Amino acid sequence: MVDPWNDPDAKPLISFQNVTKSFGSFLAVDNLSLDIFEKEFFALLGPSGCGKTTLLRMLAGFEAPTSGSILLANRDITPIPPNKRTVNMMFQSYALFPHLSVYDNIAFGLRRQKMPKAQLASRVDEMLTLTRLERFANRRPHQISGGQRQRVALARSLAKAPKLLLLDEPMGALDKKLRQETQFELVDIQEKTGTTFVIVTHDQEEAMTVATRVGVMNEGQLVQVEAPDVIYENPNSTYVASFLGQINLIEGRATPTASGIDLVWAEGQPRLHCKTDVVFSSGQRCHLAIRPEKIMIHAEEPESRNKVCGTVLDIAYLGNISTYHVELISGHVIKAQTTNDRRISRRSFTWDDSVWLSWTDTAAVALAN
Amino acid sequence: MGRFFLIATPYFWLLALFLVPFFIVFKISLSDPDIAIPPYVPNLNWNEGWPGLSDFLTQLDFENFGFLLTDDLYWKAYLSSLRIAVLSTFLTLLVGFPIAYGMARAEPRWRPTLLLLIILPFWTSFLIRVYAWIGILSTEGYLNQVLQFTRIIESPLTVLNTPTAVYIGIIYTYLPFMVLPIYASLERMDLSLLEAAEDLGCSRISAFWLITVPLARAGIIAGCFLVFIPVLGEIVIPSLLGGSDTLMIGKVLWEEFFNNRDWPLASAVAVVLLIVLIIPIILFQRNELKQREAEGS
Ligand SMILES: Nc1ncnc2c1ncn2[C@@H]1O[C@H](COP(=O)(O)OP(=O)(O)O)[C@@H](O)[C@H]1O
Ligand SMILES: [Mg+2]
Repeated sequence: MVDPWNDPDAKPLISFQNVTKSFGSFLAVDNLSLDIFEKEFFALLGPSGCGKTTLLRMLAGFEAPTSGSILLANRDITPIPPNKRTVNMMFQSYALFPHLSVYDNIAFGLRRQKMPKAQLASRVDEMLTLTRLERFANRRPHQISGGQRQRVALARSLAKAPKLLLLDEPMGALDKKLRQETQFELVDIQEKTGTTFVIVTHDQEEAMTVATRVGVMNEGQLVQVEAPDVIYENPNSTYVASFLGQINLIEGRATPTASGIDLVWAEGQPRLHCKTDVVFSSGQRCHLAIRPEKIMIHAEEPESRNKVCGTVLDIAYLGNISTYHVELISGHVIKAQTTNDRRISRRSFTWDDSVWLSWTDTAAVALAN
Repeated sequence: MGRFFLIATPYFWLLALFLVPFFIVFKISLSDPDIAIPPYVPNLNWNEGWPGLSDFLTQLDFENFGFLLTDDLYWKAYLSSLRIAVLSTFLTLLVGFPIAYGMARAEPRWRPTLLLLIILPFWTSFLIRVYAWIGILSTEGYLNQVLQFTRIIESPLTVLNTPTAVYIGIIYTYLPFMVLPIYASLERMDLSLLEAAEDLGCSRISAFWLITVPLARAGIIAGCFLVFIPVLGEIVIPSLLGGSDTLMIGKVLWEEFFNNRDWPLASAVAVVLLIVLIIPIILFQRNELKQREAEGS
């Protein structure tokens, strides 16, 4: 099956067309175009203040674009008020009605569309079951836990079976363990209901876990929109590379070779080799981006085309893995990761040990900007 | 021990400032008027011991309460007071809610100033402010001057010494008591609740009735009680602005007390007034309790 975003004939469910939103002279969203397809679980990822919430609020109808248009199922929704859109939103603060029970919160939207009583009751029960809240139906929001409140907010926004569900940092208020559980639940619910989800997050792990595609934003613009593995393995810029997970960025000047480039990067250090399809001119400024887990660490000089030598400056022990910070003679610090498949007392390297680092020609990504 | 005092303090307060004075007034209401100091009999003489006490008790009776029923002035005054209190509470709510709403939705940096403006009238004596309304509402007053100058009316309106003047005075005086609790409850409200309501299919207007009003309910009820209770026994405003044909129980109480010097009858009027006030308070509390139980779990 072809992913819809790679299929030129696929019709998007949502289409942002050159959308700009300014608050006074401040550009919160800057000439942004984006297609999102049916049944997608699309994650908007970016640092705080980059315009993610503003983008969602334009989809929900709480903000109007300053220019450009937003299409939902091929219809321009810009003039449609929020209460007439087939879009529902789960708010960052949950925005549960404190004077209504869990049941009435979930039934709120259905009552507004005058759904017949019997049908309403069965729909609310269905939502309660889906989010495992049956036992809490009669409680008020302040009488349940944070995780339960989050599920009420989800059930309430799903109850009307919207074409599109918007989630603004839905797990921001949960602790890490609960967040991970909830992420899987969310994916499960998305698959069960077949609703298109657009989720906003500033947590890259969350985006990677739940999304079919991730859009990385910076200062009101989309920097890269790809599937999570592509974003992680083939970032298109140093910004995306350093936003997702840990990465080593080595700056230098490129020399084109038959299959890629060689990088001249520091005095007294050997050239680094990298396979790439990107064309660099001779002497062009270039970054090599290498994930720490793709760098091997050795006691003796290894057989490899890319190798450097240094001393262990620091070890970050994370239980399952350790990150070694290795300082080269040139002053660069390179991070290398190993899995801790032995007990810590039998670890091979320790502080101030002299070590070799190596990686393959395909491990690094060459970035022009 | 410290805990005991903490819990006992409000009860002590209630005892000293409400129950003891109430029993003194209640005792006087069971006495008979007399030309003496104090102007009623019997007086309890502590020196005579038990016989004195029983003699004192046998002289007390409910005659004054009976008298309240024989003269229709009293129940008419009670009813008229109730009617004025209910209507003016409603009117004050009608005026006060939009003010509180506007304040709560104003930019945060303006709110302290607006709050100050609401409280500002308290810095002038209540009596002087009510007198000032005579100058505004009288036939030659500012109101008529302005209306005639702008040719909206030809001949002056008679407002002073009518029930309208009383309502104006009450709304003006008690407005802060309505505005402040409603403002407090509206200001706390999370505005994303309204967006959530809209998102789920509400129009702006129905979001107001379904979300804003229920969340301001506690403030509305508190404001209504803070206006209703003092207005029921109000005396200054009807005396100064209402003229002779505005009948209110507070005025009757005043006349019995100072003009007729009939302390026992005046006390009986006061006791009945208190009972009239306690009934809605109890009803209100029972309603609250029921609601909390219904929410239960
Ligand atoms: N109503 C508004 N008025 C003025 N500035 C706003 C408003 N809403 C958002 N902004 C600004 O727009 C930028 C993007 O905001 P937002 O979309 O909430 O960011 P994010 O959700 O990515 O953290 C922020 O710098 C914020 O200060
Ligand atoms: Mg946000």
